[in-house]
Amino acid sequence: MSFTAVDYGTMVMLFILVAASLAMYFIKDLLHAVIVYGAYSLIMALVWLQMNTPDIAITEAAAGIAMTVLMMVVISRTSRKEG
Amino acid sequence: MRLRTLPMLLILLLVAYVVVVAVTELPPYGIAGNPVHNQVSQRYIESAWEETGVLNMITAVVLDYRAYDTMFETIVLFTAVLAVIITLKTTEREGDGK
Amino acid sequence: MTDFILKRVAALLLPFIQMYGLYVILHGHVSPGGSFAGGIVVGLAFIAFTTIYGLKKGRAKISEKATALVESYGTLWYGLMGMVGVFKGAPFLANKIAGIDLGELGALSSGGLIGLIGLGVGIRVSSTMITLFFTMIEEES
Repeated sequence: MSFTAVDYGTMVMLFILVAASLAMYFIKDLLHAVIVYGAYSLIMALVWLQMNTPDIAITEAAAGIAMTVLMMVVISRTSRKEG
Repeated sequence: MRLRTLPMLLILLLVAYVVVVAVTELPPYGIAGNPVHNQVSQRYIESAWEETGVLNMITAVVLDYRAYDTMFETIVLFTAVLAVIITLKTTEREGDGK
Repeated sequence: MTDFILKRVAALLLPFIQMYGLYVILHGHVSPGGSFAGGIVVGLAFIAFTTIYGLKKGRAKISEKATALVESYGTLWYGLMGMVGVFKGAPFLANKIAGIDLGELGALSSGGLIGLIGLGVGIRVSSTMITLFFTMIEEES
């Protein structure tokens, strides 16, 4: 019986992380990109929890929400479209 | 712009594939022979509770063994807030003579 | 924003969110969590209050002078806790070597200086979040 580093659930979550990162690069509407970043942060917290590090999971969830709020404030102060 | 998007997407997918392959090649969790289990982590696990009196080992490392790192981390936060205030604060204080 | 349901739900929930943040800060050396995560949660409670109830009421809760004081003296608090070791004839930021009583393992008062340092860092991080938010939202447009 061979152990792999991650099981299939974690593998699916890692693929979602890659897809969210690519989407943040390609989306032109910055508000949508911030929403995708919130989803990325949630999945990242779940991955940390899966890897037995609840400290980092709590910090990632809190800091992800905080960064989302601050970016939304910046978007409300500046332009919503990229470029 | 459309011309640059496709090669960029291919390069990003290649990098993502390399990252996934590297993750699958990681050593399994919780096995005693892993290279991360050297004498440093062994020292923390065995004697952190009696050297610092703290149950949470991460707090013992962050706030006791590596307390200098955390101190300068708070100074980095202070500097970041100073930079934001200097750049964005536009309300004038009264009595400034301006 | 004048949404009745949002205001009522926030008034019910925000004290508990703040209490959870303080719990995470104070129990950082016993359970998972820590000063950074707990400080961000406490700061987010103030940010949510300001977002829902408006800028004037949020500024009434926590003034500019208070955030400036906490922001400046929170950094000094860390150095002050480090100087305790120096006054006792040990290196800077020393905890057990300085002869401080570590207390019973697993209790809230265990760890000597670690709990005090964590409290200071947590309050500082929350004031950082509040200061960033207010500085960005108060910009004259």
